[in-house]
Amino acid sequence: MKKFTSLSSIAMPLDRANIDTDAIIPKQFLKSIKRSGFGPNLFDEWRYLDHGEPGMDNSKRPINSDFVLNNPKYFGAQILLTRRNFGCGSSREHAPWALEDYGFRAIIAPSFADIFYNNCFKNGILPITLSTEIVDSLFNYSGQIGIDLKKQVVETDEKSYGFEVDPERKRRLINGLDDIGLTLQNENQIRLFEKEHFAKFPWI
Amino acid sequence: MPQTLYDKLISTHKVLEQDGSMLIYIDRQLIHEVTSPQAFEGLSLAGRKIWRNESNLAVPDHNVPTTDRSSGVSSITDPVSRLQVETLDKNCETFDINEIHMNDVRQGIVHVIGPEQGATLPGMSIVCGDSHTTTHGALGALAFGIGTSEVEHVLATGCLWQNKAKNMKIEINGELSNDVSAKDLALYVIGKIGTAGGTGFAIEFCGNTIEKMSIEGRMTLCNMSIEAGAKVGLVAVDEKTIDYVQGRPFAPTGDNWESALKYWQTLHSDLDSHFDESILIDASLIKPQVTWGTSPEMVVDINGSTPDPKLEEDEVKAESIRNALKYIHLKPNTSMSSVEIDKVFIGSCTNSRIEDLRAAASVAKGKKIAKNIKLALVVPGSGLVKKQAEEEGLDQIFKDAGFEWREPGCSMCLAMNADKLEVGERCASTSNRNFEGRQGQGSFTHLVSPAIAAATAIAGRFSGVNS
Repeated sequence: MKKFTSLSSIAMPLDRANIDTDAIIPKQFLKSIKRSGFGPNLFDEWRYLDHGEPGMDNSKRPINSDFVLNNPKYFGAQILLTRRNFGCGSSREHAPWALEDYGFRAIIAPSFADIFYNNCFKNGILPITLSTEIVDSLFNYSGQIGIDLKKQVVETDEKSYGFEVDPERKRRLINGLDDIGLTLQNENQIRLFEKEHFAKFPWI
Repeated sequence: MPQTLYDKLISTHKVLEQDGSMLIYIDRQLIHEVTSPQAFEGLSLAGRKIWRNESNLAVPDHNVPTTDRSSGVSSITDPVSRLQVETLDKNCETFDINEIHMNDVRQGIVHVIGPEQGATLPGMSIVCGDSHTTTHGALGALAFGIGTSEVEHVLATGCLWQNKAKNMKIEINGELSNDVSAKDLALYVIGKIGTAGGTGFAIEFCGNTIEKMSIEGRMTLCNMSIEAGAKVGLVAVDEKTIDYVQGRPFAPTGDNWESALKYWQTLHSDLDSHFDESILIDASLIKPQVTWGTSPEMVVDINGSTPDPKLEEDEVKAESIRNALKYIHLKPNTSMSSVEIDKVFIGSCTNSRIEDLRAAASVAKGKKIAKNIKLALVVPGSGLVKKQAEEEGLDQIFKDAGFEWREPGCSMCLAMNADKLEVGERCASTSNRNFEGRQGQGSFTHLVSPAIAAATAIAGRFSGVNS
């Protein structure tokens, strides 16, 4: 898994609540059997003016210049700043794959949908929950934002905000640990549990 | 200490705990073609084996055509969709996983066939790379949707890391009107608590309305828990659950049935167990529902109107209302019963079971769909639901009324196959999500119950059953 320790970047403001994973990556791109290459279709229906399909040359498609992702000011931004309940809806991991492939490594919002939040950590993306007031103030700030996962802080030129993160998820993200490898270190314990579990519930 | 049903299910499956994260044993993984190829690829690349083959059950559902598919996988005309179904077939063969193939009569939507086959049993821990895995909680199972990395993790380890959710109780009491279904109740609840109201919670639905509700109705309700933000939706086990499960192909028999029965009867929240949040709902107040916007929480009574953003004090909410009305081409204060529609979709893991089809057919019987309806689709949830409906003559009722009777699959719920809306088309849909572009780019989705979908098809605009 990709590591995340710290970064400094401007944030791309996406001022909308309840952004669902269908909007992050529309269904037609879910037909891919690969894990990479979703970045050019991130926010496809908002980003382009035509209908996108897999296999199209995206560099030739008409872009929606009103959409913030197409504003050159935010090119290269590694932080996405958005509103509450980001990533709701479908469990598709293609959503964090697309965000990461495009170049986002951190997302700041007042709240996230559960499955999406979890999927981010599996892909080296740090979702940061800050209060609505702090998110409001970040929407009015255009400078560099520093994020330090070890210290659990988000810093602007003027202020510093602490954030919460589950210690185990933090450890895995900082060290870029392989989840499956780690779990399999407990193989004997799982086997033992399984044996007792099936003795109790033989119909499973 | 008294425990909630969710707490009981979690502690029964907990292998170990580490810094607040729990390793949970997974009894059943359901697999479909969209969220699994990268998981199998990951296993192959790392040279890992499947932890326990018989825990897994696979079925293609998202990409399958609902029209003639007698020539098998080659009936899928879109080569990208076809490759995804072929990849599932190949992976299941390579990794020795039980798969119900596209042309098997048991094939259908993963969340319909799980309970139908008895592959979903009370007390089990069940995952699937699909957010509507909440459906299976209707049988008192711990069931939730996961991402593809987690699909791979479960395939390789038989387990999953989880953080414990908080407990929410939604108690619903009173009689539902004849024209009000579990779907209306689900939409009503989402309208009340919002699409993030259940975030971080496992919701248990209880109360005398739920006790009287059929298992299929409970599945519809639990299915849409995720639209309220909750990864888990649950109903306690009762006689109805046990009657439903008995005799299904994967269900236990003989001595195992007896011991299972004993255990299943403990699957309810203890008296005085602690819920972090409780909500009380009076079922008798609920009218048939219809969504007006681009989020399931944007919902009104079928006789209601679109909201006026000027009356909303919260600026973020007002902006959401403006965005939604703009996208969906409706003005503020528009009466929903004046809104004409182009297409009707009856199906999806929310509403494609036999009771759903019966409810729709009873409204459509002896009527004709309106002239402005370009297409009205009925897509059964599984081959077995389809067969049952045909035995009851429901297919003929639909066909006589002008509906198309199709083969089972996810179909126009998310339009990954050929069933989709064109730009600017408006649809009354029994599915679960009305997000922008969900049923086709630039199309407009309004969520309703099967009975309302049928009544709307006949009226050509949103309509109650009795009007």
